[in-house]
Amino acid sequence: MNSRYAVYVSIVLLLIVFLCIGCSTSAATVNVSAGAGLTDAISEINVLYKQGRPDITVIANFAAAGPLQQQIENGAPADVFISPSPKHMDMLEAKHLIIENTRRDLLRNKVVLIVPGDSTLGITGFKDLTGDMVKKVAIGDPESVPVGMYAQEIFIEYGIMDALKSRLVLAGTVRQVLQYVESSNVDAGVVFMTDAKTSPDVQIVANAPDDINNKVVYPVAVIATGKDRTAAVDYEEFLFGSQAGSVFEKYGFSVIGR
Amino acid sequence: MLETYMSPLWISLSTVFTATVITFFTGIAAARWMARYQGRMRDFIDGLLILPLVLPPTVVGLGLLMLFGKHGPIGQMLLIFGATVVFSWPATVITATVVAFPLMYMNARGAFEQVDISMENAARTLGASEWRVFWSVTLPLAWPGVAAGAVLAFARALGEFGATLMLAGYIPGKTATIPVTIYFAVQNGDMNQALILVLIVLFIVFASLGALAYFKSKTYKVVTV
Repeated sequence: MNSRYAVYVSIVLLLIVFLCIGCSTSAATVNVSAGAGLTDAISEINVLYKQGRPDITVIANFAAAGPLQQQIENGAPADVFISPSPKHMDMLEAKHLIIENTRRDLLRNKVVLIVPGDSTLGITGFKDLTGDMVKKVAIGDPESVPVGMYAQEIFIEYGIMDALKSRLVLAGTVRQVLQYVESSNVDAGVVFMTDAKTSPDVQIVANAPDDINNKVVYPVAVIATGKDRTAAVDYEEFLFGSQAGSVFEKYGFSVIGR
Repeated sequence: MLETYMSPLWISLSTVFTATVITFFTGIAAARWMARYQGRMRDFIDGLLILPLVLPPTVVGLGLLMLFGKHGPIGQMLLIFGATVVFSWPATVITATVVAFPLMYMNARGAFEQVDISMENAARTLGASEWRVFWSVTLPLAWPGVAAGAVLAFARALGEFGATLMLAGYIPGKTATIPVTIYFAVQNGDMNQALILVLIVLFIVFASLGALAYFKSKTYKVVTV
């Protein structure tokens, strides 16, 4: 009888503990959803933000733009969205999920062609990818990964899309493309310059044509369904400040307006 | 349009069929051997053979990647012949086989161990070679369990996702099996494609479970004289 009583009491105590975990945060929380390529920059910026605003907790969620946009559409707790492409932000805007006057363009980036550090295939440009020695090329899935979308546009522009179609290995995020090239399991990959710079095991062999690079823009916006709007707006302001700007530039992003 | 469903279906079926055939023979061989083996390493080898069943699929995938990758031992050997496994269709077969093997092995071994040894011995006294004993006596008596193992191996191979994605990658038309395609369909917001593929999988799985029930219902009655 005694042991059964103890079990009941433990269960009740556990329930109380679990309920409290949910309601204990008196501090404000900002949930940031950002493209996978922003992992290093945003993580560092969040540390700086915490120093200036110790009462606000920032939780970062990194993934490809497609999943992030869908999460927001399906009600995931997101307060700020940094999208590696305008397209996904447009889709949210069309559904009235962002606060209109908080949408601002934050960053620019360049798309590059990379090969494994130990590659001996002599690839110097996008058109070299059609050579027989090139067996596999990794790009992000054009349906959900912005840089994969840009890669497809580059291939179409150079007229090599048909030749490459059977050699493409599609990845779920830009960082996965990077990892595929790093491990030498593919012969080349298309990523952002900022991603290429994070790895010593790949080499950048070409830049995307200017008309593509000029389209690359990272908009930011505060999500309409987020909980703490004031904290979210404050965080967005911080992203446009000089501290964050230095961090972005350190990783190779171009900050618009700096 | 139909292509988007036929392609993953075809890849999955060819992968799973090939993997099940390989698993069938290797599983039976391993089970036969281990059912007799009484050496000291018995439990260790048994654990090794069952390992892919208990490990998280991503761990299996990482292990296979390290083995078959460009810098891995088997990968380097294959490079000498100009062959690469990573991001190719054979990779889907390899991962499916590895994860399905323990199921075939365990079921076949259980079935073999349950065969009445006096049946086998009777055959031996009548002059049958070991090979003949296996084919004519042991295997037919163990058949329900062996067949059940094959069905389970088939189902496991069909559902394999994590390790397949790591070793074979997502290449629509070449290595994109049904589970991998469903994952990316959801990632891309294409719920219709995902749902139709799910229905296809459910159909195949229910058919397999039906087959499994059928095999389990067949038991050989041993008549003693």
